[in-house]
Amino acid sequence: MSEHVEKKSVYVTIFLLLIVGTALTVFVAFQDLGVLNNIVMLGIAVTKASLVVLYFMHARHSSMLTKMTILASVVWLLILFSFTLQDYLTRGMLPYPGK
Amino acid sequence: MSADHYAPTVHPSGETNVHAVHGSGPDHHHNPYLAHHFDSEEQQTEATQLGMWVFLVTEIMFFGGVFTAYLIYRMKSPIPFAASSHHLDLTLGGLNTVLLIVSSLTMAFAVRQAALKDRKGYINNLILTMILGSGFLVVKYFEYSEKFHHHLVPGPKFHWPNAGQAHGAEQFFSLYFAMTGLHALHMIIGLGLLTVILIQGLTTTFPARFKGRVETMGLYWHFVDIVWIFLFPLLYLIGRHYHGG
Repeated sequence: MSEHVEKKSVYVTIFLLLIVGTALTVFVAFQDLGVLNNIVMLGIAVTKASLVVLYFMHARHSSMLTKMTILASVVWLLILFSFTLQDYLTRGMLPYPGK
Repeated sequence: MSADHYAPTVHPSGETNVHAVHGSGPDHHHNPYLAHHFDSEEQQTEATQLGMWVFLVTEIMFFGGVFTAYLIYRMKSPIPFAASSHHLDLTLGGLNTVLLIVSSLTMAFAVRQAALKDRKGYINNLILTMILGSGFLVVKYFEYSEKFHHHLVPGPKFHWPNAGQAHGAEQFFSLYFAMTGLHALHMIIGLGLLTVILIQGLTTTFPARFKGRVETMGLYWHFVDIVWIFLFPLLYLIGRHYHGG
């Protein structure tokens, strides 16, 4: 880990973005965007999480090994979600019981 | 990073038993806080952070499992989930979100001040972080007791006025208690650990190892904040536009 010490103003900026993101999420929740509701709200949540990881958790200034480790968790989460969904979303597709 | 960085170092005397060469003699030149299996303080610090990140990856998968259950059950019962979500207090949920985001800021400041060997700044920001985290738990306590009073705790006493939605609602509240309960447990453990580094921070001389420890706790605290960043919209904001909250 480098000895790089971040400016306080950078942390404050990220903090403000997180607060704005929260307010935006609540606002969007009350609008009827159909299918987009969930996509937008989750998109904001992913953005907020990324800001926390990159800036508060110093991922920007960490080694490639650390960055790959963080990325790996996202990959494994996607495997968990996608494989579980591909089971449940395809149930009843074939005319056999249990399919 | 070159391969040499991880090669074992050989003591100038040729001695390979580290305990034989350890001591306070003039030929023992490294920082007393540097463990012998590391070549440098930088490597030790990086290994410490990587260790915490690997642990956080397992925690991400741990919460990932409960989130997957939530995903499937919400897909199966969208209306009961939306109706149940409406019952949650949006003001308290929003307040908790803000409390945690501010606590992440103060934690980032605490980590920064520790790196600058600023004891006062470190202690003050750490105390603020702990007050905000405790505030979160107090709000959670009020939310939970309200659930108990309204018979929304899954089990024999669970009651949902709309019989057709009752099963889905009970599933929602099972997930609500499981996810927020697991999260609250992490907060409590976090507060315990912060207490430890608070007490240590009162008398430390801020060696690199202590700064590494504080940074590690920062990672843990930010992770707990990130989990809530996802919990809030997924639990409190389902279908809010249908009935206007």
